[in-house]
Amino acid sequence: MLYDFAIIGAGVTGAAISRELSKYKVNVVVIEKLSDIATETTKANSGIVHAGYDAPAGSWKAKMNVKSNPLFDQVCNDLYIPFKRIGSFVVALAGQGTGYIEELYQNGVERGIPVEIIKDLAAIKKLEPNISNETEAVLHAPTAGVISPFLLAIAMAESANINGVEFHFNSPVQNIENMGKFFIVDTPSRSFQAKAIVNAAGLYADEVSKMAGDETFKITPRKGEYLLLDKMGDFVRKVLFPVPTKKSKGILVSPTIDGNIFLGPNARDQDSKLDTSTTLSGLDEVIEGGRKLIPNVPLGDSITNFAGLRAVSDTNDFIIGESTKVPRLFQAAGIQSPGLSSCLGIADELVDIIKASPNLSGTEIKLKENFHASREKPVIFHDLSWSERDALIKQDKTFGHIICRCETVTEGEIVQAIKRPIGARTVDGVKFRTRVGMGRCQGGFCTPRVIKLLARELNVDEEEIVKREPSTRYFFGETKDFRKENAPIMNGRPIQQ
Amino acid sequence: MSDVVKQKEIICVICPNSCTVTVKQLKSGELVMEGQGCKRGEQYSRDEFLDPKRTLATTVRIRNAFIPLLPVRTSVPVPKNKLNEILDVLARIEVKAPIKCGDVILENVLGLSSNIIATRSLDVDLCYKIACEFHG
Amino acid sequence: MIQKETDVVIIGGGPAGLAAAVEANSAGCKVMIVERDDGLGGILQQCIHPGFGLHEFKEELAGPEYAQRYIDMLGKTKIEVMKGTMVLDMTPKKEIFAINENGVVKIAAKAIVLAMGCRERTRGAIKIPGFRPTGVYTAGTAQRFVNIEGFMPGTRYVILGSGDIGMIMARRLTWEGAKVEAVVEIMPYPSGLIRNKVQCLDDFGIPLYLSHTVVRVHGKDRVTGITIAKVDENWKMVPGTEIFFSCDTLLLSVGLIPENEVSKKAGVKLGKTNGPEVNQFLQTNVDGIFASGNVLQVHDLVDNVAIEAKKAGKMAALAVKGMKIPSVNAGDAVPLVAGNGIGYVLPTKINTIVDDALVKETGTVKISLRVKKPANDINLKVKNGSTEIYKKFYKHMRPSEMIIFELDPVVLNGIDKKLPLEVYIEPKEQKEVAKK
Repeated sequence: MLYDFAIIGAGVTGAAISRELSKYKVNVVVIEKLSDIATETTKANSGIVHAGYDAPAGSWKAKMNVKSNPLFDQVCNDLYIPFKRIGSFVVALAGQGTGYIEELYQNGVERGIPVEIIKDLAAIKKLEPNISNETEAVLHAPTAGVISPFLLAIAMAESANINGVEFHFNSPVQNIENMGKFFIVDTPSRSFQAKAIVNAAGLYADEVSKMAGDETFKITPRKGEYLLLDKMGDFVRKVLFPVPTKKSKGILVSPTIDGNIFLGPNARDQDSKLDTSTTLSGLDEVIEGGRKLIPNVPLGDSITNFAGLRAVSDTNDFIIGESTKVPRLFQAAGIQSPGLSSCLGIADELVDIIKASPNLSGTEIKLKENFHASREKPVIFHDLSWSERDALIKQDKTFGHIICRCETVTEGEIVQAIKRPIGARTVDGVKFRTRVGMGRCQGGFCTPRVIKLLARELNVDEEEIVKREPSTRYFFGETKDFRKENAPIMNGRPIQQ
Repeated sequence: MSDVVKQKEIICVICPNSCTVTVKQLKSGELVMEGQGCKRGEQYSRDEFLDPKRTLATTVRIRNAFIPLLPVRTSVPVPKNKLNEILDVLARIEVKAPIKCGDVILENVLGLSSNIIATRSLDVDLCYKIACEFHG
Repeated sequence: MIQKETDVVIIGGGPAGLAAAVEANSAGCKVMIVERDDGLGGILQQCIHPGFGLHEFKEELAGPEYAQRYIDMLGKTKIEVMKGTMVLDMTPKKEIFAINENGVVKIAAKAIVLAMGCRERTRGAIKIPGFRPTGVYTAGTAQRFVNIEGFMPGTRYVILGSGDIGMIMARRLTWEGAKVEAVVEIMPYPSGLIRNKVQCLDDFGIPLYLSHTVVRVHGKDRVTGITIAKVDENWKMVPGTEIFFSCDTLLLSVGLIPENEVSKKAGVKLGKTNGPEVNQFLQTNVDGIFASGNVLQVHDLVDNVAIEAKKAGKMAALAVKGMKIPSVNAGDAVPLVAGNGIGYVLPTKINTIVDDALVKETGTVKISLRVKKPANDINLKVKNGSTEIYKKFYKHMRPSEMIIFELDPVVLNGIDKKLPLEVYIEPKEQKEVAKK
């Protein structure tokens, strides 16, 4: 089969582009290295839809963020993605001066973004009671919002899939052959033929681009560590930014869309594209930074810590457009902050570029008449009223079995998450679609039950269920196996007492 | 002392004092003990030195119940050096529901005058019953 | 919606819930247990090791056996049990909202006993850095895998935390043929019972590293190793003391936290133990809502849970019968303060104006506490202002062993109610020691 487009990478960028392309009468395949949607950078970031005043004027970052921000309401509405415009503060503390936020204010005004500077501490404290008393002034941007980055990616991918886009997981691209009129993309299990390639490969976008014949940019991973705290009502109400550094927007304190609070990220460049470990010094750095904004942030309620890697290009900007070296190689690379905020704008822009490309004049790119903009609304038991819950359980009693007691998630929702298009096949797949395991017990109670459900629904043995990648199995045999004749071997020797 | 053939330091677990008792066995077979705080501790240390025993609690596989394992234990303590053997035996057996808490699963295990008894009651699982009816 | 009405609702069918239910029932009340699991017994069902009921039944029973005793008692009563039913909400008017596979269940209760138990502290809560691979579990989750689900979560383990759960799992895993490389404890002393150290670690040659903690988890997808290091008095890592263990699983036994999410919904105020603030009648700040067991304070002996739960059950029954149970908010309530060396003390407050009829039913006032550090040869004292009203000598005190003592209500009658009661420890005077 000759696809019109092969999108490499199923993070939020790839998912957004795939949905945009699925509006047209073209054949699209998404090729993803790992086991699910949104498994790398997309699942480990701040989850913020930025207002758009931050990036340098004229940059792709600025253009795309500004274009993208207003598009979120429609998409989130159509696809039932939780999204809230809680607003953001850039906080200038005593001694830092207000010069920086005044610059950002100007950017906001020029770009048509609603912004205001508040200098009265009492007024600031009314909006954000626990903010540091050292606050001199804040830049307030009411259109900034919080969203779940992986739910966004999963919802858009599902929508693309409903509209005909194919998804292939566990398919790392090993080689790209340029055959003139089309490309051959090799993965371990299959090769794909496509007229055009969309490179949304995140941390590996430079490697994919090089495989296709364009070596003009390099990606450096930049680690950002996070500390996630429990739900604390409205202890923190807005996304709080400090005055930034050269490398990043700085260490934030922010609520998440689910009501948790996080501190982070720091910014440390590294060579490895795989090292997502957190460090003692990194977490200390994040705590110190967070305390500057919210001095009495309750660290005792820490739920987890994690790290994500930003894909920073050596141009320090997004790389959006058709490669000048390789016709019909379309780049959506170097997607660091504000990548999440810009994904809808990037998708729009890139598809416009694709439609206008002289190298694709032979291919018809016409809009479908029957594009399904929406998807089946996921049941979120936690948000239902008592009578809605009752009616739901009477219809399907699996909604009466609570599996995740910390986040109140039912068996019915988990089964839905497994059965939906591009459904969950791993414990993390269930976790990121339903929030099971994200609460204060971090999966201690629900994990055994989720494993059982996955095994039942996928019709496999419990021993085959993994956390995310194929090497993340849970079990090493049944209790009693180790003492029998066929005891498992480890490191070439049978397990010994 | 040159006529000590065996010596061991034992932490007594009878009470929170946790006395450390040094037990020395002489050539004559006699035991010399120092450090014990009471008579019970002395008896415990003596037993622990000559013939240490333990209560074994583990599981055995069970069929037709709603879970695959039945918890069991030894009815009286057994010699510590026989535990591995008992565990190996138990790893190979399988019982069937229904089981009542207290049922003897294995009598006089390894001839040690201790039984293996069930510590939980498990009925025949309904799902299994239905499956049986379906498949005949 | 299913509407139900009863006298006493017990939330939780573990050891606390079972004991409270039996007691409230024998006091003549209509009792209902609401249990979210498919069976009764709570965490006891996975605690297959003996150590339960030695005081209560004069036998050393395994967890499930102990639970079976109560389940059998229940069978002889008319106590209603709703299994597979999870309480999600509770109002100060004692209305309970739960769900099960038949729909939403609304229960109107005259009194409630909270018996929801606790959850385990997680890796995230203690901020262990490193990767987040499969293979990091709390000891209780691993215990469930091994004893109930029937699967081994690993072949080679490091266990962080020398509490009883961690040590018991060390033995359990070894008996099932796995290798436990080390048990690591941040304190300079073991957290659990000496008996467990001897029978779970020493018996198997498993090393215990005191004053150490885990500083890194290795392995991106699956645990491949754990690095531990020594810590100083401030729990800060001492550089150069790292030890690496090759292993595939890390178990965490780093503390239990009372599970009070539902309590908070009814406006129940929580105290230092992360459990509800209560008076000597185990009543919370919401009239008619009582608490007992691990949801109130984490216990180490189930026998003490049963005693506490029976009291709560009895108080709930008395409340239903119309007896006035004083409020912990009442003006006459004297706070109990944790003084020198004391981690926490319960009850939070002691009511001093109590009807004679109630005093007759309850007798002495039970105080429970834990010390902060192990100590030997101490006097436990209670003072009211500068007046000492209680003193008891203890040869040994350890944080892992709950201390329970009783105060005579007559003594309490004579105190200055405007001053708090301070519970503290101090070393026994030297001349007294010499006398012995």
